[in-house]
Amino acid sequence: MAGTALRRRLSWQVAPVSAVVPETPSVRTITLDVPDWPGHQAGQHVDIRLTDEDGYVAERSYSIASAPGEPVAITVERLDDGEVSPYLTDELRAGDELELRGPIGGYFVWAPPDGGPLLLLAGGSGIVPLRAILRHRQRTGSAVPARLLYSSRTLADVIYHAELDRPADGVEVIHTLTRQQPPGWTGYARRVDAGLLGEVAWPAAMMPLAYVCGPTSFVETVSQALVQSGYPPERVKTERFGATGGS
Amino acid sequence: MESLDGNAIGGLLYDVFGTEMTAATGICGGCGTSSKVAEFAVYLDAPGTVARCRSCGSVLMVFVKVRETTCVDLRGLASLG
Repeated sequence: MAGTALRRRLSWQVAPVSAVVPETPSVRTITLDVPDWPGHQAGQHVDIRLTDEDGYVAERSYSIASAPGEPVAITVERLDDGEVSPYLTDELRAGDELELRGPIGGYFVWAPPDGGPLLLLAGGSGIVPLRAILRHRQRTGSAVPARLLYSSRTLADVIYHAELDRPADGVEVIHTLTRQQPPGWTGYARRVDAGLLGEVAWPAAMMPLAYVCGPTSFVETVSQALVQSGYPPERVKTERFGATGGS
Repeated sequence: MESLDGNAIGGLLYDVFGTEMTAATGICGGCGTSSKVAEFAVYLDAPGTVARCRSCGSVLMVFVKVRETTCVDLRGLASLG
């Protein structure tokens, strides 16, 4: 892939915001109208740069939430002590401009020829690149079986909730709510660990392809449990978001 | 301090190397472990940006930006490609 990709400079550009959509009380999806976007792969990032009136610059990396072929969108969780996310979730409006560069990354990506079965494991806002993978799977008509285990604190914290309630054919979505469950909740209500993975994960003998994304502690626990259950390490792809999400 | 991973510095690495690097393979000069750059333990808030071997903790890469120049130290890597 890297050998055939066209070399291009990764330069900063300014893009207008075309839409801002709330996902949860603290999460927004921001869609951008990026001129001359070269296209992206499911799972890639963009870097976002904010410059204040004093010239102070803050940069953050955000996963692209949209599938290849769709307009670039990022989904941002508000971190109360963050330098960047409160502006993106509270201040930014459609019609404003945002400085970005991308797409970035070639490891935590999936395309239909990579196959499966897919095991997608999300903690909190770690769902974002996995949602791009699921949308890409659907838009390309891929029949690769996919199973998503998504850990959230409460039902209100579930990002893309409506979309995930209508999974494409061949996709199973399994929720676990770790902090609070609504009355009558029949899903899981515990943290993702080796025991839960034993119930939910494809058996290692099926040679699954796993993508794990979330807070660092979530990714460590899940990826180690998968490898101990027989998943080859090279088929467990990981991306750590730091202690930002809620799982 | 909590570590992230090499995915978080894809843009910085692209700046330095002129190409996508997170899927490249690096070999630790300390313990010989081979892993994808995306799997390195990365500390963004160190003095500079530091990538360490996830097996032995050796420092593999250090990036320090001084004004518009990024200083790069890769001495902890036996190979990168």
